[in-house]
Amino acid sequence: MALDDRKTQFTFVGTRPDRPDGLDKVTGRAKFGADISAPGMLHGAILRSPHAHARIVKIDTSKAEAHKDVKAVVTRADFAELPFQPGLEGEFWNVLENVMAGEKALYDGHAVAAVAATSALAARDALKLIEVEYEVLPHVTDVDKAMAPDAPVIREGAADYSVPEGMHPNIVRYHESGHGDVEAGFAEADLVIEDSFVTEATHQGYIEPHACLGMLGNDGKGELWCTTQGHWIAQKTCAALLGIETSQLRVTASEIGGGFGGKTTVFIEPVALALSRKANRPVKIVMTRSEVFRATGPTSSASMDIKIGMKKDGTISAAQGVFRLQGGAFPGAPGDMTAMCAFAPYNLTNVSQIGYDVMANRPKQAAYRAPGAPMGAFAVESVIDELCKKLGLDPVDVRLKNAAHEGTKASYGPTYERIGLVETLEAAKAHPHYSAPLKPGQGRGISCGFWFNHGGETSVSLALSEDGSAQLMVGTPDIGGSRASMALMAAEVLGIPYENIRVTIADTATLGYNDVSHGSRVTYASGLATIKAAKHAVEKLCERAAASWGIPADAVKWENGCAIPSGPNAGDFDPRPLADITAHMGQTGGPISGHFEATPEGAGVSFGTHIVDAEVDPETGKTAITRYTVIQDAGKAIHPTYVEGQYQGGAAQGIGWALNEEYVYGDDGRLQNSIFLDYRIPVASDLPMIDTVIVEVPNPGHPFGVRGVGETGIVPPLAAIANAVSHAAGVRMKQLPMSPPRILAALKDNG
Amino acid sequence: MDYHSPASFAEASALAANATGITRFLAGGTDVLVQLRSELVTPDTLIDIKKIDGVRDINCNANGSWTLGVAATGAEMSEHPDLGRDWPGVVEAMDLIGSTQVQGRATLTGNLCNGSPAADSVPAMVAAGVTVTVTGPDGDREVAVEDIPIGPGKTSLVQGELISAVHIPARGDNGGDAYLRFIPRTEMDIAVVGVGVNLRLDGDTVTEARVSLGAVAPTVLLVEDCAKSIIGSTLDDAALDTLAAAASAACNPIDDKRGTIAFRTEVAGVLAKRAAKIAYARAKGEQA
Ligand SMILES: Cc1cc2nc3c(=O)[nH]c(=O)nc-3n(C[C@H](O)[C@H](O)[C@H](O)COP(=O)(O)OP(=O)(O)OC[C@H]3O[C@@H](n4cnc5c(N)ncnc54)[C@H](O)[C@@H]3O)c2cc1C
Repeated sequence: MALDDRKTQFTFVGTRPDRPDGLDKVTGRAKFGADISAPGMLHGAILRSPHAHARIVKIDTSKAEAHKDVKAVVTRADFAELPFQPGLEGEFWNVLENVMAGEKALYDGHAVAAVAATSALAARDALKLIEVEYEVLPHVTDVDKAMAPDAPVIREGAADYSVPEGMHPNIVRYHESGHGDVEAGFAEADLVIEDSFVTEATHQGYIEPHACLGMLGNDGKGELWCTTQGHWIAQKTCAALLGIETSQLRVTASEIGGGFGGKTTVFIEPVALALSRKANRPVKIVMTRSEVFRATGPTSSASMDIKIGMKKDGTISAAQGVFRLQGGAFPGAPGDMTAMCAFAPYNLTNVSQIGYDVMANRPKQAAYRAPGAPMGAFAVESVIDELCKKLGLDPVDVRLKNAAHEGTKASYGPTYERIGLVETLEAAKAHPHYSAPLKPGQGRGISCGFWFNHGGETSVSLALSEDGSAQLMVGTPDIGGSRASMALMAAEVLGIPYENIRVTIADTATLGYNDVSHGSRVTYASGLATIKAAKHAVEKLCERAAASWGIPADAVKWENGCAIPSGPNAGDFDPRPLADITAHMGQTGGPISGHFEATPEGAGVSFGTHIVDAEVDPETGKTAITRYTVIQDAGKAIHPTYVEGQYQGGAAQGIGWALNEEYVYGDDGRLQNSIFLDYRIPVASDLPMIDTVIVEVPNPGHPFGVRGVGETGIVPPLAAIANAVSHAAGVRMKQLPMSPPRILAALKDNG
Repeated sequence: MDYHSPASFAEASALAANATGITRFLAGGTDVLVQLRSELVTPDTLIDIKKIDGVRDINCNANGSWTLGVAATGAEMSEHPDLGRDWPGVVEAMDLIGSTQVQGRATLTGNLCNGSPAADSVPAMVAAGVTVTVTGPDGDREVAVEDIPIGPGKTSLVQGELISAVHIPARGDNGGDAYLRFIPRTEMDIAVVGVGVNLRLDGDTVTEARVSLGAVAPTVLLVEDCAKSIIGSTLDDAALDTLAAAASAACNPIDDKRGTIAFRTEVAGVLAKRAAKIAYARAKGEQA
């Protein structure tokens, strides 16, 4: 299946060496966010609103300030005055408002004040001495209710230009796209199904809570250590929120214990710095799990209407979707992404999609792997499955018939280059899982999924040492084994062993700007930059060899880690290995390094197809996932084990999202389940072995063919599992999570 | 916070009787320490009962009954060579609690006195007819397990009283017990419904039965109607259906983040049937 004629071209790429950070992680030597301390360090703690929506009438911090162990107390007044601007331009303002409430507390858990004290216990106790007077306001947490005419207004004037006149102020962005004539398409259909779907917010559930250590002096110079997916964005945001110069704040990323998109912004970091500036001491803040749930970004919740028309032969004649996403008390819910991704796997003549970004009294949503896409896929792929069932068609055949391919005009506008959806569907059809018999009570579901992937600003620097080893500095925190992949790509270009390359996640002072590790961009963009930086160093190596041989630089080429004459006319010289050239680099022109800075634009979109078997207990509504296969196009798997890890992780998180994970709010607007006991991510024994198939349809936009793999894997699971469960239960499940009470209720309603 | 580690139950009782504010006994600490850290309950007095002689013992008495010390852990119960053969339902119920780490600490008494309506070992103990010795300023008294909890987080123990031993009756012939709980996942979760069944047979006919429900009312329930519905039967389908209906009828649950009223009521009946079948098979000496 893999179009791997290229495989033979590689020596290191495609092998599976141990990850360089493995030993540190299994021995406990790795330093995560909370694993740092500094002389004179204070401990910070944050006071949070118990109300979903309330005006802050007064904050009296005098008693806390008088506490003998307290060295500083901060409120909103201690941050920079940023002018409020509507829409996305005001993102710094939104982040400021989120990390420390201004006039109103906008959700249960919203930060309202913070203290720094000599011990964590003292800080916690001191919070109880802060007196806050609230005027409780009506609240709304449900997306449909937040759009209703009588919904409480979260903030006037937050909507941007895209929102049509007359909509509720809680609707802050509006997206509309598509092509063709859907009404004409529906008229051509033999069967049209129209249905509505709902998904609850879920949290990324990373195991490591947010943690940081901040130091900021009155001279405006600072240091920040934090667990993050992107330390340059942390640098930029903290500098803006504290009114200091970006370059005066040096940010170092710790090892990261999971992020999945949730660590692409800041929460506690500006607070630690503000406390530090006031106390003139380093301040450490570590969130509790409950704070993580209440006050960091879960994904959006969604409410969606889908209408699809199909002909008897399986051709989709028209498709239409309306996607309403709630993203907390700030603009940013990815209703546009949901709309753009929902129909992207298909070659459609008539398609129309609308996305809403809606505010409600919940924490500010953050990215979560392919933000917005899984919900849309759940709704669309459920309707396609129902159409297949009613028309008696095979669900893989129908998807193959409609699958997008090179040259297809995508539902969201552009024309696809070479893509691998058809290959994943063909692999699914050929996979033994697809034809394996099912036991009574079991059902099988399939779904496709799409994600854009991203390039982003990238800087990489590579330095050779005298002994012929290499150090590679990248700026994208390693959230999935990327240091191993970078070392493999550098080894491939330099022709030196993987083990001889040390990859470091450089701090903000040692490398140019880097975007966050998001958008499945790291192996693509930092990988591309690594290859180019290594090639840059190779050019210099060839120049040194050429000079030593007295021939022109372009008469030398690089092969298997050695400089050699490029052909018989260039002269007859013995190959010069890398270490031979670097051994003399001090006398032959100085250090040899390579670097690359750019915004790579060729991230290839990626597709996956998942096959799932589920078994439902008809008496209790409990679901077991009995078999799971992920098939996805990786373009080129640099380190196949870590590609498989991404596929399995996407499926595991999807199983949680589909079956049990949800934000549960009480009538009072407070989060009911802010601990892992009641926020039910899957435990190991809930999961089957998740099989993977890596399809390789090279991305023309990357030297080795890489497409990002981190996000697409979470797009199909919700739909694939819902389809499997619906077949097993004999009733269509339209609301996530499909928890046992919901399934049992659906079974009862069905008689 | 004052911490004490008395050498006897009399001493522990005296310490508790004279304490002011909030007092907690420290057995495994898997509830006490979790509540302390999450600031739910910050005790003024903590009385560690693990230093008292014999608190980890698991003894089979001459008449076949069992006496367990109040600090015997779930892991020690599971590893005991004979206890699980007599009372597999009680041992399995205790074994469902938490993880391997929690099993190394958690106790039956802590599970009971924490007062959670969803406590797993409690319905199994009630079905088995377990009693406890309560030591107080006025000496000892023996109390049935079902008489200890009086509401969520509340027990019938008064200030100065604590449990000093756990008594499980002799198994006797042709008996079997079982405990099942419903959780949405496969482990590490709190029971949405729990059902304990203990019965005895004469031939194929049930002659004695006790059925207990957890997580479906403010306290554990011992349901007479459930017992009646199977006593005298061979656990045929009609008896099982009556059992399920009686279990559902006894429920007085709440709607919360863990389950709905309708769900708990329905599933109590389903689990009652399933647990009864296992207990029945065990009473017949079959593997179940
Ligand atoms: C991760 C985790 C998972 C869990 N899973 C489950 C589960 O699946 N099912 C379940 O039912 N529980 C569960 N629990 C709760 C807990 O583990 C159990 O309730 C356990 O049995 C408590 O026993 P302990 O010995 O640790 O009690 P402790 O925490 O020591 O004490 C609990 C209470 O009992 C009182 N107490 C203790 N000993 C005595 C005594 N001798 N006399 C009078 N009062 C006394 C204490 O004052 C306190 O109020 C879990 C807890 C954790 C942390």
